[in-house]
Amino acid sequence: MATDIKIAIVGGGLAGLAAAMKIAEAGHSVDLFSVVPVKRSHSVCAQGGINGAVNTKGEGDSIWEHFDDTVYGGDFLANQPPAKAMCEMAPAIIYLFDRMGVPFSRTNEGLLDFRRFGGTKHHRTAFAGASTGQQLLYALDEQVRRHEVAGKVKKYEGWEMMSLVLDDHQVCRGLVAMNLRSLELKAFPADAVIIASGGPGLIFGKSTNSMVCTGSAVAACYQQGAKYANGEFIQVHPTSIPGEDKLRLMSESARGEGGRVWVPKNKGDKRSPSSIPENERLYFLEEKYPAYGNLVPRDIATREIFQVCLAGMGVNGENQVYLDLTHIPAETLDKKLGAILEIYEMFVGDDPRHVPMRIFPGVHYSMGGLWVDFDQRTNVSGLLAAGECDYSIHGANRLGANSLVSCVYGGFIAAPAAIEWAQNVERNGSNGSRVYDQETKHQQEINDRLIKQSGKENQYKLHDEMGKIMTDNVTVIRYNDRLKQTDDKLRELTDRYDRISINDSNLWATMALPHARQLRNMLDLARVITLGALNRNESRGAHYKPDFPDRDDPNWLKTTVAEYSGEGPVFSYDPVDISLLPPRKRDYSHEKKETAKA
Amino acid sequence: MNTVEIHIKRRPSPDAPQHWEVFEIPYRPNLNVISCLMEIRKNPVTKSGQQTTPPSWDMNCLEQVCGICTMVINGRVRQSCSALVDNLDKPIKLEPMTKFPNIRDLIVDRSQMFDHLKRVHAWIELDGTHDLGPGPRMDQEDVMERYAYSRCMTCGCCLEACPQYDEDHYIGPQAIAQVRLFNMHPSGAMDREERLQGIMGDDGITNCGNAQNCVKVCPMNIPLTKAIYEENRETVLYGLLGWLKK
Ligand SMILES: Cc1cc2nc3c(=O)[nH]c(=O)nc-3n(C[C@H](O)[C@H](O)[C@H](O)COP(=O)(O)OP(=O)(O)OC[C@H]3O[C@@H](n4cnc5c(N)ncnc54)[C@H](O)[C@@H]3O)c2cc1C
Ligand code: SF4
Ligand code: SF4
Ligand code: FES
Repeated sequence: MATDIKIAIVGGGLAGLAAAMKIAEAGHSVDLFSVVPVKRSHSVCAQGGINGAVNTKGEGDSIWEHFDDTVYGGDFLANQPPAKAMCEMAPAIIYLFDRMGVPFSRTNEGLLDFRRFGGTKHHRTAFAGASTGQQLLYALDEQVRRHEVAGKVKKYEGWEMMSLVLDDHQVCRGLVAMNLRSLELKAFPADAVIIASGGPGLIFGKSTNSMVCTGSAVAACYQQGAKYANGEFIQVHPTSIPGEDKLRLMSESARGEGGRVWVPKNKGDKRSPSSIPENERLYFLEEKYPAYGNLVPRDIATREIFQVCLAGMGVNGENQVYLDLTHIPAETLDKKLGAILEIYEMFVGDDPRHVPMRIFPGVHYSMGGLWVDFDQRTNVSGLLAAGECDYSIHGANRLGANSLVSCVYGGFIAAPAAIEWAQNVERNGSNGSRVYDQETKHQQEINDRLIKQSGKENQYKLHDEMGKIMTDNVTVIRYNDRLKQTDDKLRELTDRYDRISINDSNLWATMALPHARQLRNMLDLARVITLGALNRNESRGAHYKPDFPDRDDPNWLKTTVAEYSGEGPVFSYDPVDISLLPPRKRDYSHEKKETAKA
Repeated sequence: MNTVEIHIKRRPSPDAPQHWEVFEIPYRPNLNVISCLMEIRKNPVTKSGQQTTPPSWDMNCLEQVCGICTMVINGRVRQSCSALVDNLDKPIKLEPMTKFPNIRDLIVDRSQMFDHLKRVHAWIELDGTHDLGPGPRMDQEDVMERYAYSRCMTCGCCLEACPQYDEDHYIGPQAIAQVRLFNMHPSGAMDREERLQGIMGDDGITNCGNAQNCVKVCPMNIPLTKAIYEENRETVLYGLLGWLKK
């Protein structure tokens, strides 16, 4: 049994840091790769909170309730055993963060306070002001720094993973990464690799995601044989603030704290919102879904807002509706939502304490990702995945505040599974070095070709075109003919990609070459998403086709699995493990019917 | 057509000299500095029509919470993602921060800030990550104070503005505020001495000249001078007691 184990982790968001902490704590070595310094990972953006059934409010919340909400909210596409395991671990995860010093909001007794989020009737979301992700990420960053000082973790910040190193038996033996300043490519041997590279929002051009969320690392694994599951399930968040460079999120906690969504009843009503009387306002979520009101799950809220705007009912006839907090005392708002209100104020200029915010849905989260088993192992031996980049847990739609907990859960499961693999795998010995040289050389050739290439196409314009067509056709409402057109367009873009010129004669710390590499990978993943959606002729969770408006369990209660081939993705389907809860119809206009505890 | 003029201080590589380049892009409402840079990199041609290299800069969250995109804009250090063109004097002047090694164009290397976090033991010494139940109960008031410090995104604005901060001479307000964050926590307080030692050397807290520039530029409104005051007191007391123990 090997004792000097080294595990490479790609990504230092919540999932990657959670895994790094566990592996270092077990006494093993970690090489930690991240495009940006890990403390600047996308997880800092999470605002609202983290779920765990602790039942501090005495509402009868339980792990089973959390599990039922998660599976029901995900429209029964999630494998149930890992979803249940996550809910079981959730309270301990929150307590651990509490011990690490996260300044969670407190009750009068000094206990952890909880707020309500979408898709549940319980106060189940622990929060640190309105910047929970930032606080949680920092707590893990601090613990990993402690292990770094102790020599257990070596960070490679500013290194981008480009590909896996696979041996002749398709076993993962490490990875090749690129130094983002010198563009040096280097192979890093490892006994196991954990991918924790986050979501792929940049495929849609503008999204609520950070700029490193390209999905490029995942696409590289896919190209090398890792399966990608449920790609078509993309969560579009109901409330974002449209911007020139990105869509900034307005957290669900705004509705959790009582925010109400409405439009004027009279189409094109030009009056200022405050001068429109109550009875001339259409609170369309509350009317249609009395049981959950403004806190219906995201896919439903998004479609309703989208449709209201399509019908020309948006504020000023534009793609926007009001999210109104003005009925809540400013002091309460500052205490509970300060950070997110500042974001709105900073980027829009209005004060949401006094003027209703104008919001519209924006691409937010990928339920799909690398296929993993219940121990976070991908189909490639020695390769694991955790966090937003894996497909487990959330099914067809993720509930708010369930992602942070799933990232940490994934990291905590992946760590021991990676160690176990590493302890038992036979090492290749000295003749193994060939595979590292080969893969490094292969990556160098790709870079060299791109650098030499001089064509008329502009990579940033190609990215814009991809983002636009993906947003138009592969988000809230999907039609088969438009999905087909989108795939044609993606193939055209892939073809034009071979004629881009990277347009930067200074290769030192250039942004151009890394972006070009990411773009190529995003195009492949975009096809997986689009064709997965084209194939799935039903509506389930975030995937909605007006031509197939109902969920179709007999034909489609199954996981989409895409595998790479030179011609495009090859699809197959896996059964979903529904061993704990029988599927039932999702209906948020009524109280959720309890199922008997299995 | 309405345009925006942008001056960028360029540096091709760490040892090359800096020079200014002027760009012009079409005006649109609601632009921020990052979207201007994105526009420029699509087609890097200067205002006078010279083909040039695209500028390099750092960005990630685009909502002022990751801290990466910090630069000096019209002479003031701040995040470029939250710098709205409509609110800035024109032409807009972009420069890299000056207190950190300049890698290329607007990119700097702030690893010294993370090294300082190591020095002051900016973490809680957990017994282990296994389930030991919740942490200590805390008063919401104390939590609110800690929350303010815990929002520090290691952006470096305070260090850029601090007249005392210059490479190795002074550890700076960011690290001192993190000492405060952890010394305020019941479990963190158990290792407060290690943290105090981290800010008591030659380059320690006594170098602060109380110029208060740091609080004025901190984008997260972190009460840095309060942290410095509190930690100064703590170190003095600790120094005294340490001396008495001898
Ligand atoms: C605005 C916003 C608000 C949110 N709010 C909430 C919330 O309140 N509650 C909730 O539960 N969820 C929320 N989410 C979702 C949640 O934040 C994310 O799903 C989660 O943070 C993802 O964490 P992660 O660890 O998987 O990856 P990330 O935090 O995205 O980290 C990815 C890491 O991978 C690295 N990386 C990527 N590619 C490479 C590569 N090729 N080589 C090397 N490194 C690489 C990056 O540098 C980074 O360190 C929110 C999301 C957004 C966008
Ligand atoms: S108060 Fe101290 S730390 Fe702040 S700017 Fe002045 S000298 Fe620097
Ligand atoms: S204290 Fe403020 S200015 Fe200084 S690094 Fe932290 S956030 Fe930036
Ligand atoms: S990009 Fe994160 S602070 Fe500006």
